[in-house]
Parts: sequence; C-alpha cells; structure tokens
Amino acid sequence: MLRYLRLLGQWALDWIGALGRATLVWFWSMAGVPQRDDLKLLVKQVYQIGVLSLIIIILSAFSIGAVLALQGYTQLARVGAEESVGLGVALVLLRELGPVVTGLLFAGRAGSAITAEIALMKATDQLSSMEMMGVDPLHRIAAPRLWAGMISMPLLTLIFNAVAIGGAALVGVDWLGVDQGGFWGGMQDGVEWWEDIGKGMIKTVLFAMVISWIAVFQGYDSTPTPEGMSIATTKTVVYSSVAVLALDFMLTLVMYGEFK
Amino acid sequence: MIRMRTIEISVGAFVLAGILCLVFLAFRVSGVGVGSTSGTYTLLAKFDDVAGLRVRSKVSLAGVTIGRVAKIGVDSELGEAIVTMEINNDVKNLPIDTGARIQTEGFLGGRYVSLSPGGEEKTLQNGDTITNTQGAIGLESLIDQFIGKMGSK
Repeated sequence: MLRYLRLLGQWALDWIGALGRATLVWFWSMAGVPQRDDLKLLVKQVYQIGVLSLIIIILSAFSIGAVLALQGYTQLARVGAEESVGLGVALVLLRELGPVVTGLLFAGRAGSAITAEIALMKATDQLSSMEMMGVDPLHRIAAPRLWAGMISMPLLTLIFNAVAIGGAALVGVDWLGVDQGGFWGGMQDGVEWWEDIGKGMIKTVLFAMVISWIAVFQGYDSTPTPEGMSIATTKTVVYSSVAVLALDFMLTLVMYGEFK
Repeated sequence: MIRMRTIEISVGAFVLAGILCLVFLAFRVSGVGVGSTSGTYTLLAKFDDVAGLRVRSKVSLAGVTIGRVAKIGVDSELGEAIVTMEINNDVKNLPIDTGARIQTEGFLGGRYVSLSPGGEEKTLQNGDTITNTQGAIGLESLIDQFIGKMGSK
C-alpha cells in the first residue's frame, strides 16, 4: 500500500518538477534582451517552421474544405438549403477546424523537428559547449524557435482558412452548382469579423505558444541518448496534440459557451 | 545550405501571403465594410414581444438589410422590450410613422426587424423611437390560435 502511495508521490513530484523547469525555460527564453543577430536567427526559424510547413498546410486545407463542402452539400440539399453550405463551412473552419487542424499538423511537422534538433544538440553536448563559450543556449536556441512558432502558426492558420474556403467554393460553386450569390452572400451575412475570425486567431496564437513551448522544453529536457531523443519527439507530438484539443474545448466553452 | 537571401525572400513572401489571406477572409468571407462604410445612426423601437430576436439580428427595409440590432433591453414598468437598432447612414429620411415588425426568415429561420415606411413628411432622427410596432408572432401562438378555432367549431 505504502509503496503505491510512494510511487504516486514520486510521480507527482516529477511532474511538478518538470512543470517548474518548463516554466523556467519559457521565462528565461522570453526574458532575454534582443541582440542584433537575433533577427537573422528568427527569420531562419520562421523559414524552417513556417515556410517549409506551407505545402502540408495547403494540401490538407484544400482537401478538408472540399470534403466539408461535399458532405455539407449532400446533407443540406435534402432540405433544400444547399446555399447555406458556404456559411456552414466558413463558420466551422474559422472557429474550430482552422486553428485545431493547423495546430495538429504544426505539432507533427514543426514541433517534432524542433524537439529532435534540440535533443540532438543536447546529446552531442553542443548546448553545454555553448554555455562554456558564454552563449546562453536559451537565448540563442530556444527563444528564436518559440517566437518563430508564435509568428508562423497564426499565418499558417490564415492561409489554411483561406485555402480551405477556396476549396469549398471550388467544389460547391463550380462543381456542384450552388448559386454563387447565395454561397458568398450567406457567408458574408453570417460570419462576423471579431466573433469568428478574431476569436479563431486568439485560439491559434495560444495553440502556437503551447506547441512551441512543449517542443522546445521536450528537447531541452530529453535524456541525451538515441532512445531519449525518440521518446522526447514522441512526447512532443502526443502532448501538443492533446493540449491543442483540450485547450480548444476549453476556449470554445469560454468564448462561445452560453453560460458566463 | 540555402543562402540567407533566399530564406529572407521566402519568409517575406510567407508573411505577405498570410496578410493577403487575412484580407481575403475579412472582405470576402466576413463582409467587413459591406454596407457599413458610411457609419450608422440609432433608432429605438418598443415591442410587446421580441422572442427570438438577438443582438446583431438584421434590420431590413423592403427586404434589403439596412442595419443591425445593437441592444435589446426591457422597460419593466410598461412590460415592453426596447430594441436599439443601428441603421446605415445612407438610409436617411425614414418617415416618422415608419412601422417596425418582427418577422421570421423562412418558416423556422432567425428573427429580424422589418421596417415599412409611412407617409409623414417629418423624418426619424438619431435616437428617435418607433412606436408603430408589431411584435413577434411565434409559431406556437399561431398553432394555439388554430387549435382554439378548431376547438370552438
């Protein structure tokens, strides 16, 4: 009995310790005074994290938008409301699917890469040699990645939403023959600038913070062995995905829930 | 190793693409600036029943959307609902005896306020109240009336 209690205690302490270390990593990375070279590092990371994720984002966005339009059309056409397909697709994308799917793809595509990179640096003692040279690895390695994540992901979400709605319009209007005026007009009538687009963007910024934080921390906190690296990379993807989905539910509850 | 120049250019294009998508979402999808470029003025209307009407519901004149419901309050003394509406500035000169009705879009759709101009010379100004109103007629009350009539036969 006591043994299990002890295991529980150990687990809790480990967990609290990890949370504390993660907070420190985040805080010290963010607290650093910007230097002249930082912009270059940041641009490079935005390239690695953002630009190189574009292809997967655009491809997924297009197919998701097209599928939503196709499914929505078949169901709505039964009750003769196929013009609402534009509005339905736009609301679903802007409020939920855009931020969430971008978050999941981002975690898989960029988060895992960040973790693997930092974990390998740690395993090959690059981080400790940086400290020897008087370069703060949090400032040099962690901070640009955190910032790049927070810059890239909102942009990726915007692109995702636009491409997905474009895909939906292509399938709905050009292929299935939904009336163009009804499709776009219904959308413009029902979509609110702040309520739908703005709140979706708040979601995506928060997701970006959480994902890049988890990715950087898992790399930093990994055991410096090949096995440790693979565990850290897996953890990044699993934790970020769960965090995005759980956080999305809570944010939706707070933003759109009826009770205040 | 890709040269820094290429990286910088592609990052610039990436940021630009993001901004363009935002513009697309704003204007094409959410319709920012459609019909609200010239600002709005406020009209009030008192209804005996506004069930189903919401803030941001449409205000229409002859089927054209000319404004939105901004606030729904209640006058507890008279037991009336006070609806504050924001009307686009380009729809001026509504006669003072303009009527307001709450109607339903389609059979079961959302509620909206429908204005019908009267014939007076004097016009409604910012902050004026429309008194000639007809509240919401719920499907339930229609069914009630129908059943009442059937029963009395």
